[in-house]
Amino acid sequence: MTASTGTIKLACKGVWKLFGDHAERVLAETGGAPDDDALRASGVIGAVRDADLEVHEGEIFIIMGLSGSGKSTLVRCLSRLIEPTAGEVLFEGRDLLKANERELMDIRRHKMGMVFQHFALLPHLSVLGNVAFPLEIQGVDRATREARAAEMIELVGLKGREDYYPRELSGGQQQRVGIARSLAVGPDIWFLDEPFSALDPLIRREMQDEFLRLQSVLKKTIVFITHDFDEAIRLADRIAIMQDGAIIQTGTPEEVVTRPATSYVAEFTRDVPRAKVVSAGVLARPGTPGPVVVPAAARIGEVAAQVFDQEQPVGVADADGTPIGVLHRQDVLDILLGREPRR
Amino acid sequence: MTAASLEVARPRRRPLGAAPYWLGAAILAALSVSFSDRLPEWMVEYPRAWRIPIEPSISAAMKWLINDATFGLFTFQQFTRSIAWCFNWLLEAAYGVLAEGFTFGKGEDALHIPHVSWIALIIVLVMFARRVGDRGLMLFVGFCFAYLAVFGQWASAMVTLASIVISVPFGVAAGLLVGIAAYRKPWVERAVTPVLDLMQTVPVFAYLVPILFLFGFGPVAAMIATMIYAAPPMVRLTVLALRGVPEEIKEYGRMAGCSQRQHMWKVMVPAAKSGLLVGLNQVVMLSLNMVIIASMIGAGGLGFDVLHALRRLAIGEGLEAGIAITLLAIALDRLSQAAANRPPPAHGSVRAGSWFVRNRLALAALALMVFSMAAGTVVPVITDYPASMTVTTGKFWDHVVQWLNINLYDTITIVKTWLLVNIMLPVKGFMVALPWPVLLGILAFAGWRLGGWRLALLPLALGAFILVTGNWEKAMITIYLCGLSVVIAALIGIPLGIWAAVEPRRRRATLAVIDTLQTLPSFVYLIPVIMLFGVGDFSAMIAVVAYALAPAVRYSIHGLRQVPEHLVEAGRAQGCSRGQMLWKVRLPLALPEIMLGINQTIMMALSMLVITALVGTRDLGQEVFTALAKADTGKGIVAGLCVAFIAITADRLIQAWSRRRKAQLGIA
Repeated sequence: MTASTGTIKLACKGVWKLFGDHAERVLAETGGAPDDDALRASGVIGAVRDADLEVHEGEIFIIMGLSGSGKSTLVRCLSRLIEPTAGEVLFEGRDLLKANERELMDIRRHKMGMVFQHFALLPHLSVLGNVAFPLEIQGVDRATREARAAEMIELVGLKGREDYYPRELSGGQQQRVGIARSLAVGPDIWFLDEPFSALDPLIRREMQDEFLRLQSVLKKTIVFITHDFDEAIRLADRIAIMQDGAIIQTGTPEEVVTRPATSYVAEFTRDVPRAKVVSAGVLARPGTPGPVVVPAAARIGEVAAQVFDQEQPVGVADADGTPIGVLHRQDVLDILLGREPRR
Repeated sequence: MTAASLEVARPRRRPLGAAPYWLGAAILAALSVSFSDRLPEWMVEYPRAWRIPIEPSISAAMKWLINDATFGLFTFQQFTRSIAWCFNWLLEAAYGVLAEGFTFGKGEDALHIPHVSWIALIIVLVMFARRVGDRGLMLFVGFCFAYLAVFGQWASAMVTLASIVISVPFGVAAGLLVGIAAYRKPWVERAVTPVLDLMQTVPVFAYLVPILFLFGFGPVAAMIATMIYAAPPMVRLTVLALRGVPEEIKEYGRMAGCSQRQHMWKVMVPAAKSGLLVGLNQVVMLSLNMVIIASMIGAGGLGFDVLHALRRLAIGEGLEAGIAITLLAIALDRLSQAAANRPPPAHGSVRAGSWFVRNRLALAALALMVFSMAAGTVVPVITDYPASMTVTTGKFWDHVVQWLNINLYDTITIVKTWLLVNIMLPVKGFMVALPWPVLLGILAFAGWRLGGWRLALLPLALGAFILVTGNWEKAMITIYLCGLSVVIAALIGIPLGIWAAVEPRRRRATLAVIDTLQTLPSFVYLIPVIMLFGVGDFSAMIAVVAYALAPAVRYSIHGLRQVPEHLVEAGRAQGCSRGQMLWKVRLPLALPEIMLGINQTIMMALSMLVITALVGTRDLGQEVFTALAKADTGKGIVAGLCVAFIAITADRLIQAWSRRRKAQLGIA
């Protein structure tokens, strides 16, 4: 998983969401950038503060933050379930906030999918009915939409459960339905709002694997919300970390772990095993490689055994196969022991 | 945590903080009554000269509406009468199917198709009961309708059922649409809420007269009154149910790209279904509650039978018809509750296939009923339960009443007289003698303490209306009757609730009885009371207590049950005895909820008071009732509003107290 550098699918610039009676006035009076004191004095709550982000086509972009950090509000601003107080949200280059009711409905019908923390399945519809629902809303005829829904249900591994009702399914199965439903329209952007947070740890792990499998097939552009840093590290191409409504760092898992922007981020990353995030390319030093060469994107945890098993230094090559250096045993050992990498 | 440690945790304001005010108010009231002869005349009795004649203007407005109001092409009355015509047409059809059959042509060669067979209807209802509920429900529904047939109540019951079948869907649909509008637009909700408050607190009798004028005497007017009475809870429950839909489901609907209409009808309404069905159940129950009152403006059926029997003091007949209404009410209540609580379908339960396959049971039921109508032309027994086989217990009950009157008369009279002389009359005297500025002042002060100046203005404004319309004395008699009844109901109901709350089995049994009592139409309570106590204030009070007891018990049970378990455990861990546990832990925490029960008791007592006017009280209820008899629109509406204002004042003050108390206890 490398950070993809494709075209920008979704971006937001200077998005603010203030809750309170005089939200807009406060924003205007402070020149569009109220500080903590100004907010506190006016009794307005800054749920999202001056958020900038860019989501590239085909990447898994994770917004990570603890509860109350504004991540759910931010994703709702991106999908315009909540009207931001200020800023712009660019979806495929056009400002989503300027779209009228009709255009927004069209965009949501054809280009957006969303998965919810508590599944949000419609209790009166069967699995098939739920997955076909977004198509029904578009006015797709019954046979077509049910065929498509059946296809999606098979994709998420629920074949045979088409006639079941949500209450008859386990949490994990319900979320599979939620996923199938959100994919039924073939969305261009896929929002997942803490999709696995309501699940047991074992099921969560299984669903994460399932999610990665689906993404390897579908290559969607994904905005994924979580409060679980391990989940973020595991799934993300890039992570944005939020605190008190503001994005405090954006980067690959490796960047976030190895170069935390603030002590708050460092606190999060402290217990993350370095070997799982640091890639071979970072540790490569000039030298003559032996017969074994590993890709630069490989995590240290994955190649450590080879480094110690080989007599000769293990080489590192970039995506094109060009050698960029070798791995030193001491560097690898430092990473394995959780020490800061030496430069 | 015991009550004592709760006090420590609470900032400064002690729970006894309000006691001096209560005491002060009581002393002030007592002083003002005992020295009322020293007070200026206008304080003791509101001067006639200060009255504002509102009644005649309302009557005049009504006259204008009926005689002169016009939409240009047609008059207002033509408009309302044409609505009545539409309803009438539907109602006739329902009567035809259920009660009377259809006759085509005239004279000798007229073709008569009989109504649906009693056997077929019982079979269909029993099958429906089996589908939505368990075997018990099936047997119960079968029993109820068999009772109607065997005791010769079938024909009347079907007339009643026909009007329910037509009025309930309209009431539900109207309530649903208004509820949806109120949910969507805050200004609609703001506009609708006070109207609903009035609709639910103004006694029905008050608007019977205008309805009579607009829609004419007959079943249609009765049906429209029923809908006005029964629809408000549907509105409230619709708003509540829609609000209760999980936020994520609402968001999902929008993310799926639903249009507003799709969002409401494909996402919100199905997701709120169980809450909406509770509303349906309420509409059914309230419609049945209205059955007897509606018969005063021309509804036939069981209600008419009861009213007719009561007027002739034919207790036995009245009781039988009353039981028939009761059974019909309970059966419909249980059926609609079972339908509402039915779990959503399981996989495989919905048979795939064409529309005909999926609805085969409903179609079979329809076919059975049509077939029974045809078969009835050949075999009359299929249509009507043979009259020779009906049983009547009317005579038996008449004998019971006779026996009671002969053997218990003295005892009852002694009790009655003692209560009248020692409690009822003194309280009544006190209330009437209480100078109006004192009472209004106390209420306003209570309102100010509980909810600021707005709540202080409310009793002043509503009290002023009662004063200037010259209804103060009658209002005081109303408060006296209602107040005494509520006190008695609380004295019986709260201990009963405490007794029942402790043990699950007792609780279930008590709640079952309470549920049943609450499904009885209020009129039914009058029957045994008249049987035993004759007419007068005392009988009225007994009927009111019996009718209003249920919420006092229910809320006591509920309040005690919802005391947080960890507080009870903490009390036990600190070694509270059972008595201490009750008095120091459970009751203080349950009190706000119990007060809401008292609030409900007051509401029910006020609504019952209007009905007890039949047994000769002299309060606002009587005023409303005589206005109906004289067809005096203005008088009826003004007196009705007075009753509503008393109810609203009590409601707002108690709610404010309960909210504040809950907030103080941290159990809001």
